[in-house]
Amino acid sequence: MVRRIERDRRRFEEIVRGRIKQDLKRHITRGELIGRKGNEIVSIPVPQIELPHFRYGRRETGGVGQGEGEIGQPIGGSQGDEGAGQAGDAPGQHIREVELTIQEMAEIMGEELELPRIQPKGSKSLTTPKNRYTGIKRAGPESLRSFKRTYKEALKRQIASGVYDPRRPRIVPVREDLRYRSYQQDPVAVANAVIVYMMDVSGSMGNEQKEIVRVESFWIDTWIRAHYDGLVTRYIIHDAQAHEVDRETFYTTRESGGTRISSAYQLATDLLAQDYPTDEWNVYLFHFSDGDNWGGGDDERCFQLLQERLLPAANLFGYGQVESRYGSGQFLHSLESHLSAENLVLSRIEDRDAILPSIKAFLGKGK
Amino acid sequence: MQHELTPELRTLQAEIEGHARDHGLDFFEIVYQVLDWEEINEVAAYGGYPVRYPHWRHGMQYTELSRSYAYGLSKIYEMVVNNDPTYAYLLAANHLVDQKLVMAHVCGHGDFFKHNFSFAHTNRKMMDGMANHAARVRRYMERHGEDEVERLLDRCLSIDNLIDYNAPHIKRHPSVPQTTEEPRRAPRKLRAKQYMDSYINPEAALEAEQERLDEAQRRDEHFPPHPEKDVMLFLLEHAPLKNWERDVLGIVREEAYYFAPQGRTKIMNEGWASYWHSTLMTTRILTPDEFIDYADHHSGTMAPYAGSLNPYKLGLELWRDIEERWNKGRYGAAWDECDSYQERQGWDTGEMKGRGKIFEVRRHYNDLTFIDEFLTADFVRKHGLFTYEFNPISGEYVISDRDFGAVKEKLLFQLTNFGQPWIEVTDGNFLNRGELVLGHRYEGVPLKLDFARETLENVQSLWKRPVHLETYIEDEPRLMSYDGEEHTSEKRTEG
Repeated sequence: MVRRIERDRRRFEEIVRGRIKQDLKRHITRGELIGRKGNEIVSIPVPQIELPHFRYGRRETGGVGQGEGEIGQPIGGSQGDEGAGQAGDAPGQHIREVELTIQEMAEIMGEELELPRIQPKGSKSLTTPKNRYTGIKRAGPESLRSFKRTYKEALKRQIASGVYDPRRPRIVPVREDLRYRSYQQDPVAVANAVIVYMMDVSGSMGNEQKEIVRVESFWIDTWIRAHYDGLVTRYIIHDAQAHEVDRETFYTTRESGGTRISSAYQLATDLLAQDYPTDEWNVYLFHFSDGDNWGGGDDERCFQLLQERLLPAANLFGYGQVESRYGSGQFLHSLESHLSAENLVLSRIEDRDAILPSIKAFLGKGK
Repeated sequence: MQHELTPELRTLQAEIEGHARDHGLDFFEIVYQVLDWEEINEVAAYGGYPVRYPHWRHGMQYTELSRSYAYGLSKIYEMVVNNDPTYAYLLAANHLVDQKLVMAHVCGHGDFFKHNFSFAHTNRKMMDGMANHAARVRRYMERHGEDEVERLLDRCLSIDNLIDYNAPHIKRHPSVPQTTEEPRRAPRKLRAKQYMDSYINPEAALEAEQERLDEAQRRDEHFPPHPEKDVMLFLLEHAPLKNWERDVLGIVREEAYYFAPQGRTKIMNEGWASYWHSTLMTTRILTPDEFIDYADHHSGTMAPYAGSLNPYKLGLELWRDIEERWNKGRYGAAWDECDSYQERQGWDTGEMKGRGKIFEVRRHYNDLTFIDEFLTADFVRKHGLFTYEFNPISGEYVISDRDFGAVKEKLLFQLTNFGQPWIEVTDGNFLNRGELVLGHRYEGVPLKLDFARETLENVQSLWKRPVHLETYIEDEPRLMSYDGEEHTSEKRTEG
């Protein structure tokens, strides 16, 4: 039986999604990385949909509270709408955090951009068992004894049997009181997808360009993550030379040297060869640059690496060219004229508004 | 899903209700339903009813409840519906001691619903009422489309606080509308011989009388003759609505009146139920091994949430305070005039009238009069009540006062008219152009402006003609207007 509330819940969700959809664009263009709690949940502050009424603003009215504190001391806690004895009618600011899992977030984005689902290649995702301590047992090793539970049991028993004396509270656990933490085995996915982000950090890439890359890669991450149980991300920065770096460095480094793109492609090739055998891994490569490359045959070297090593290995190779005042933007044209492959996607990102179409271009192939 | 009580719970119910009746509680028959957490959240989202009209805000509440239950933030312990028989719900997964606590608590609510004057005029067959409303709204949705009906519901709900909370108890004026035009009223002349006439009925007096009559007639023919607090009723009777639209507005209004008493007795009602569950549990029902779990849950419900008042706690303590005062004779002139600390501390006349007093109070008061009469300076000091206000410099709410007078005043302000602005229809034919004027009785606290504008739009969509709101913005009298297209706001002179 479909429960009645389902209809109302769906209806509310549609409305909220309507809001989030509008907000989605705002979040992206503002370059706001939505607060990420742990690994699984993003929380988006969404104004609770509150029907307007003639009412006072809470700031003007204040209220009555209970507890310790000097005059002038701030009262803690979120000042929600539940005031004294006014069934939800107290004036209050309603900001509600709607928590969405990354999965839901990706769904919404996928719907909005009409992205096809990714078809993973290779074996089904691998899992490995992992122990999680979630339960309580009556038997176990002493090292796992739960002090609190044991104490509670002993207290309960003593009170029930009348041994407990509140004036001399002495709790002595006996064998039946002992409680132990116990574990459960959960399958945890082993990563079988890898994203390698490469970015040109030469002098011509400014903060604005990096911000665009940062935002775009977050959303690409979110989408691909939704299709694989495990996902590894690697970051490469390059000017005339390439280095592998951590996430933080990737987005913040600024060099001033020249640009040799082939250095990054070479490093990516090495990385793949070493850590990610292609027959088991789904490989995603993204390269962001302003399109300026050194002469001296470096372009040709890039084409060769792409053609022979990277394109055959990857599910997708995305090249995003961020417009900058200093870059010539030549590389995109060269790629266009020299290479064509089904899994090579080129995209030009003029400004922040172009992020969404660019994501669509990258992910629109369902690779 | 099995909803009936298990034999064990049924025995328990009989036992607990027996104890409750021993203490003088009196309630309608109580019917329990045992639900799993999804079901109980659904019923809670519908305000305690298994069937309500479809609306997204129920879905919103449901989403919030399920999430906070799933994350372990909150759990619904008890839910009870003012109806005859009284319906109450138990969460299937709850521990037996919790079920006992809920049943004892529900006896308190049941007694309060049956005996407090605020509920005297509520529909005791609302279970059926709600189901009827749901069926009608669904039928309109089938006929006129979900979106259209839901939009109308949004509008009606946006003004569901514009009702006259005292209306069920007071007949303010006859509702028969004046239909025929009244001839001009003329002053009555005293009988006099013709030559005496100018003495007995002097010209000036007649003129003054005529003016007075004209004024009275103008006032009576004013539309509406008296300011109408029940704005929903006014719209119901006078707005150009289609029949189904009128019905939907009527449904929302009826439910608003039905729920109002629960909001207006929240402190008393929750306090009363808590008083009784704690009395019954600790003196009669609990077995020794249940004590800790009971104490844990009882203190959980009583905990004040971060800085603000918990109606359960405030209510419970006030009931206990009243009982103690009347037990020890701490009331009346002699007590009030005594200002020796020593003497007050030891004051005990041994009257033991407490129980009788609280039963009397639970019948005749609502939160407003309850606080007004029984909140004492001693109580405020003992329980650490304070007022808080917004500090615009630090951007935080800060404790502003611990003085008895200030606390009481603030509490009363929050309880008067539900802590909401007093808005009434003052003119239904403004400028003789069929425009509607709502008046806000200003008490020094301004309306939340963005909301006021949106609400005005909703009123306009029902009234169809332009609508106005007389209020104050930044302590200046203003007339806010919405004509269906744009908002204007102009200075007005007090009239």
